[in-house]
Amino acid sequence: MLQRLRENKSAQGTLLALPTTLWLFVLLIIPLVLTLVVSFGKRSPDGDVIYTFTLDNYVRLIGYSTDCPNGQAACFDPLYVNILVRSLTLAFNTTVLVIAMAYPLAYFIARAHPKRRNLFLFMVLIPLWTNFVIRVYAWMMLLRKEGAINVVIGWFADLLNLPFTPLEMLYTPGAVLVGMVYEFLPFMILPIYTSLEKIDNSLYEAAADLGANALKTFFRVTLPLSMPGVVAGTILVFIPVMGTFIVSDILGGRQVILVGNLIQRQFLDARDPTFGSAASLILMVMTLIVTYFYTRKFGFGEEIVAA
Amino acid sequence: MNPHRRSPLVLAATVLVYFFLYAPIAILILYSFNASRANVKFEGFIPAFSDRVVMEGSMVQSSPCGPFHWYCDLSRNNDVIEAAGNTLTIAFTATIIATTIGTMAAIAMQRYDFKIKPFSQLSLYIPIVIPEIVMGIGILTLFSQLFGWANTTFGLTGDARLSLGMATVTISHIAFMVPFVTLVVQARLQGFDKSYEEAAMDLGANEWTTFRRVTFPMILPGVLSGALLAFTLSLDDFVITFFTNGPGSTTLPIYVYGLLRRIITPQVNALSTVWILIVFVAVLLLQWLQSREEKPSH
Amino acid sequence: MASEFAVEMRDVVKRFVTPEGNEIAAVDHVTMQIKNGEFFSMLGSSGCGKTTSLRMIAGFEWPSDGEVYIEGKPMGHTPPYQRKVNTVFQSYALFQHMSVYQNIAFGLEMEGAGADEIKKRVGRALEMVQLTGMERRKPRQLSGGQQQRVAVARALVKTPDVLLLDEPLGALDLKLRKEMQLELKALQQQLGITFIYVTHDQEEALTMSDRIAVMSKGRVQQLATPVEIYERPVNKFVADFIGESNFLEGTIKALSAKEASVFIPALNAEVKGMPMSPSLVNGEEVVVSIRPEKLRIVDGPAKGEGLFKARVVNSVYIGSDTHVYLDVHGIRLKVMEQNRISRLDPSSFYVKEQEITIYLMPENTLVLKKE
Repeated sequence: MLQRLRENKSAQGTLLALPTTLWLFVLLIIPLVLTLVVSFGKRSPDGDVIYTFTLDNYVRLIGYSTDCPNGQAACFDPLYVNILVRSLTLAFNTTVLVIAMAYPLAYFIARAHPKRRNLFLFMVLIPLWTNFVIRVYAWMMLLRKEGAINVVIGWFADLLNLPFTPLEMLYTPGAVLVGMVYEFLPFMILPIYTSLEKIDNSLYEAAADLGANALKTFFRVTLPLSMPGVVAGTILVFIPVMGTFIVSDILGGRQVILVGNLIQRQFLDARDPTFGSAASLILMVMTLIVTYFYTRKFGFGEEIVAA
Repeated sequence: MNPHRRSPLVLAATVLVYFFLYAPIAILILYSFNASRANVKFEGFIPAFSDRVVMEGSMVQSSPCGPFHWYCDLSRNNDVIEAAGNTLTIAFTATIIATTIGTMAAIAMQRYDFKIKPFSQLSLYIPIVIPEIVMGIGILTLFSQLFGWANTTFGLTGDARLSLGMATVTISHIAFMVPFVTLVVQARLQGFDKSYEEAAMDLGANEWTTFRRVTFPMILPGVLSGALLAFTLSLDDFVITFFTNGPGSTTLPIYVYGLLRRIITPQVNALSTVWILIVFVAVLLLQWLQSREEKPSH
Repeated sequence: MASEFAVEMRDVVKRFVTPEGNEIAAVDHVTMQIKNGEFFSMLGSSGCGKTTSLRMIAGFEWPSDGEVYIEGKPMGHTPPYQRKVNTVFQSYALFQHMSVYQNIAFGLEMEGAGADEIKKRVGRALEMVQLTGMERRKPRQLSGGQQQRVAVARALVKTPDVLLLDEPLGALDLKLRKEMQLELKALQQQLGITFIYVTHDQEEALTMSDRIAVMSKGRVQQLATPVEIYERPVNKFVADFIGESNFLEGTIKALSAKEASVFIPALNAEVKGMPMSPSLVNGEEVVVSIRPEKLRIVDGPAKGEGLFKARVVNSVYIGSDTHVYLDVHGIRLKVMEQNRISRLDPSSFYVKEQEITIYLMPENTLVLKKE
């Protein structure tokens, strides 16, 4: 038995990979299949799942209805579609802002003296490892009417003898955007840094030697070569933003509802897991489609592990 | 051409981004010393050390711990201590299991060819490309269906009833940690020359001794940084825990989240500050391990 | 000893599947017998099957077909740790997390030797490779040459019947290589154990070996002593791979055991030479080979058997020798002449376009099979 196992490399590999594969199968694949099954089901009056096959939940998501207020035969309520669009827009805006902020910093670190690079990276890591919830809380303290930002602006207003009424910043879409940017910024810095750091210095010299100025070198050499990092970072930012519900919950109050909030409420407040499952699958499909087309265009490398 | 030359624009952007990263944390820490219990405005430090806490309205006038009043307060908060205990228990247990099976899987993926390899590889990538909430509600559905079925089928009642708790949180944490452990260890294994193992076998060591005496010590730094990454992921996790925890398995992030929806005292800031300090030490450790590993091997 | 042969490979085949899904034979029906106490080399370029053969002897790979015997015993799927052979790896494979002492002691620990015995034997092994005093160093604190010595000591401390060496000097610079070649050879003679040495460096193989197996495309092309391999190559590959050769293509017109007459169309003449393979037949298309140092430039006109008119294309003076490149009826030939007399007068060297006569001596001219 042992002798046979010793000689059977394929069996050894299977045995080694089995615990992980099984674990992921039970806690990843089966739940996804269950979610799919539940999404075709119906909610029972006491919040349980009745297993049937109906597309009601998906129809409801799209907003198509035959029970209309004005007595029409069919009408369209864009409530949930709006939530999806809002989530996509927010994820897109967050990603763009994060790239704009992360790139210069990553560029700075990559071209810093090698001895100092680790320190600078370390300084990016610290906020990343403070807890996700704590980071949202920090912004709550900053953005409130009596919060630090208003206090600082107030000082300046006093100094210039200008009238100042504190800004209402908390519980606005802007607050959610800032919170998201803050949460995910480090996830963009690290992969971009990794791809920038790999660029051989002689390439810059070659570009200069061939007559490119700093700006041209950046757009023709640096930027294209760092694209794998940007792509990996985008995946690490875009996907979680699409699914996060705490940031909007805390900083957006009831004003900014995203897919994440929708799903969470269906499971915990509204107790309609069937509709929540359908929304969750739509969320997954949307992120997979975006990821697929995005990576197909640019491809992503090992930078994904950098964070 | 000086490779370390930097434009003032890049420098300015860098300073701003670092400011953006650190300003909220600085405010958070500052408020942990706030004399105001309402914690809306910073009303100054708690002025004095005294025998007992003296309050005036919502203002702390003096405390045995002085400015560190909220830290002392925190240390007496049983909910926090329990949540911290839960968080660490879950993180330790999940890290040990995830690191063990993740390392095994990394060796399998890197060294062997087998039938289910493409499937294993795919399942390792799933947690990276789907939003955490999708995974969270999927696992919640699995557990609630499974437990519902088991409880009725076997007529489980009272304490015997299966329900969400420490076990479900730990099991779910392992699921999202394993891929990261595997990816990190796999990356280290890529640079590992097979001839070390052949040399050990050549010198008379069997497969197990070879692994114990040669392979494992040599990939240990990689395994450790995988474990540390997994540990911090577990400490940090909110979403999966949110959907899989039950009574008695509240973790710190869940506890803080609960507070944020109710009244917030500077105690939360004190808790955050302690947390940041602990994480700071952990990251330092990670850096130290990595720098040890990156020393040239030849 | 149980067997006359330390190691024997009988009709061994090793097939691999390439990532593209094609099956290739890295070792293709190899048979060789390695005698006890012999310094045996496998020589060939990368991909010729020499390293795979060595790895099958060590037990890291198992033959797809055929059998490897060590001391007369078939090895089958015996794992490496149950074979009485030890290996010096190309990369040395010194355990980076262990000291020099721990590296050398590792194999003895595996045998279950006592602490005192280990200490004694490690000490002796270190002495043998002149590294006494380095016990506590880590491998990365040693120079390349020192690491190489540790690798040798680590394998030899186990007193194997056979020591396998996989290009052990490949990573060293030329001067150190030459020194280590002599040291390894001396060590082998002193210990009297069998060395099987894999190299792509023909000079190394010729210097050190008792016998050499020249390998190509997974097959043994010739297995013989260094002198035989150089002077009596069995086919064009060996003649080409070992040293330099001039080749002329032709057809056998007359054949006896000692001499063959080959018609060379390019020269429009017959050339006499020694047949190198018993399987040559009359009328066969063959290759005539003659080493540059064995091709003579002679005085006088190109009249008579084996004499041909040639034109100097280029002449390169390299100190000990002069290399003269010739054109003979459109064929390029190279002649190496030793500079036996000190002279400075440029006119005494060959000049471009000079007409000269060359002589192909029958005893220096080898008639080889094409493949």
